[in-house]
Amino acid sequence: MIRVENLTKRYGKHYALNDISFEIKEGEIVGLLGPNGAGKSTTMNILTGYLSATSGSACIDGINVLENPTEAKRKIGYLPEQPPLYHEMTVMEYLNFVYELKGCAFPREPHLAEIADVVKIRDVKDRLIGHLSKGYKQRVGIAAALVNAPPVLIFDEPTVGLDPQQIIEVRNLLRSLGRKHTIILSTHILPEVQAVCEKIIVIHHGHIIANEKTEDITREAESFDRFRLKICGPSSRDIRNALQTVNGVRHVEVLPGRDAESYAFLMECERGRDVRKPLFRLCADRDFAIIGLEPVGTDLEDIFVRLVEKAAKKEGKGARKK
Amino acid sequence: MLAIYKREMRSYFTTPLGYVFLSIFLAVSAAVFCFTTLFAMSSEVTTYFSTMMQCYVVLLPLLTMKLFSEEKKQKTEQLLLTAPVSTFSIVLGKFLAAYTVFASVTAFSTLYFLIVGVYGHVKVPILFGNLIAVLLVGLALIAVGIFISSITENQLSAAVATMALLFLLMFISLACQYISFYPVRFVLESLSLFYRFQYFTQGIFDFAGLFYYISVAALFLFLTVRVFDRRRWK
Repeated sequence: MIRVENLTKRYGKHYALNDISFEIKEGEIVGLLGPNGAGKSTTMNILTGYLSATSGSACIDGINVLENPTEAKRKIGYLPEQPPLYHEMTVMEYLNFVYELKGCAFPREPHLAEIADVVKIRDVKDRLIGHLSKGYKQRVGIAAALVNAPPVLIFDEPTVGLDPQQIIEVRNLLRSLGRKHTIILSTHILPEVQAVCEKIIVIHHGHIIANEKTEDITREAESFDRFRLKICGPSSRDIRNALQTVNGVRHVEVLPGRDAESYAFLMECERGRDVRKPLFRLCADRDFAIIGLEPVGTDLEDIFVRLVEKAAKKEGKGARKK
Repeated sequence: MLAIYKREMRSYFTTPLGYVFLSIFLAVSAAVFCFTTLFAMSSEVTTYFSTMMQCYVVLLPLLTMKLFSEEKKQKTEQLLLTAPVSTFSIVLGKFLAAYTVFASVTAFSTLYFLIVGVYGHVKVPILFGNLIAVLLVGLALIAVGIFISSITENQLSAAVATMALLFLLMFISLACQYISFYPVRFVLESLSLFYRFQYFTQGIFDFAGLFYYISVAALFLFLTVRVFDRRRWK
C-alpha cells in the first residue's frame, strides 16, 4: 500500500532523512517511533505531499507522491501534529469545507454524519471549533482526515497533549479505524505503539534502525526476566560476586542509590528459571538480608536505547571497514 | 478552488475583518464623495475615483493581510497543501474572494453618482471608464497584497509591508511627473501600478492598460504559487 524507496531529505548539509526504505501492506497499523527530531514528521510530510524529497521515491497505492501529488493526495487522510482547524468555523461548517476542498462525491449529509459518529463529535457539531477542548479538537482533526474515505491514514502524534482518558479513547478509535484503513502513526510515547501498532519502524537521526513486528521487537527483550533487588551486606562488590554464582543469573548490575546499609541491584536471569529460591538460600548462607525483590518489566524504552546502541555500533564497524 | 473561495468569503463575514473593511471603505468613500463632488458642486467623476485609488493604499491591505499569513500561523495551510488541489487553485480561490469583496463594495459606492445624476449630468462613459480603471488597479494591488501575505508570518506585518510597498509605488507615480527624460519616466510609470489606467478615466477603453493590469495580477499570483513550491523544495 505504501512503498518508500531510498528516500532522502536534506536541508543544506543536514540530512533529515538519509536513504530510508520501507513498505507497508494494506490494513496494517504501523508505528513510526523515534525521539523528537528523528525524522518522523519529515517522513509524513513527504508522504502527504507537503514537502518534497531530495531523492528517492514514495508511492501510495502505486501512485508516486512526488510525480503525481494530486492523485496520491486523494488516497490519504492526514492529521498533522497540530490539527489544521479554523477556529472561527463550527465543526460542521469545517467538515463541509474539507468535504468540498477534497472534492468528495459521497452523499454528503449521511457521510459527514457517519464520520461525526465514528469519532464521537456529534454533540459538538454546531459549536465553534475555537471553543472546543483539546481532545475534541483532536477528534475534529481526525474527522477531517476521514472525510475523503482514504485507504491510507497518516497521523502525526495523535495523542500529544491529551489527558489519559482522551488518550485511551483516541487509541481505541485508531484501533477501530485500523480495520478499514492502512494507518501510519508517529509517536515518541512508547507504550502507545505497543498498544495500537502491529508493526514498528524505529527512526533515529534520519535512519531506520528497526522495522519489525511489535511482538518480535518486544520478544527479544523478554527472553530474560529482570528483578530489582535490595540487599544488606558488607559491600556491593561482595554481594554482586555472590549473586553471579547463582545458576541462571546472567548479569548483575549495581544500581546507584543506597540507603543506610543496603545496596540496590538489577539482576537479569534466564527466562523460565526461577532463581528466587536459590537466591534466598545463598543469602541466608552468607548472612545477607534481602529486604527487597521485585520483578521489572522490560519496556520499549529499554528496547529503544538498545536499538540505538546497536545501530551506533554497526555504523562504527561499517566506518572502520571503509 | 470553489471550496476555498466560499470559505474565505464566509470568513470575511464571520470575523470582524469583513465588516471593518466595509465600514471603513464606505465611510472613506462617502467622505471623499462629499468633498470631491457634492461640496465642490461638481459633476466631474475622475477626482473622486483618483482620490479613492490613493485610499486603496491603506484600504486594500486590510483585505489581503490575513489570507496566507493567518493560515501559516494557525498551521491550517497544511490542510490546504495536502488536499488534492493545486497550489494555484488555492491562491486563485483566495484572490477571487478578496476581489469579490473589493469589487462589490466599489461597484456599490459608485451608486453615489445617482445623486449627481438626479440633480445634474453625469458623463456615463467616463463614469464607467473610471470604474473599470479602479477595478483594474484593485486587481493588481490585491495580487500584490496576497503575495506579501504569503511571505509574512502574521497579519500585522503583512498589512504594514503591503501598505509600505503600495505607498512607494504611489509615490513613484507622483514623482514621474517631474521626470522629463522619457525612457526613465516610461519605466517608472510601468513599475508604478498607479499610472497605466489614465485612458480609462477619459472614457477610452485601453486594451494595453487592461492587459497590463491583468499581467501584473497574474505575475504576483504566480509568484505566490512559487513561494509555496519553493518552500516545498527547499
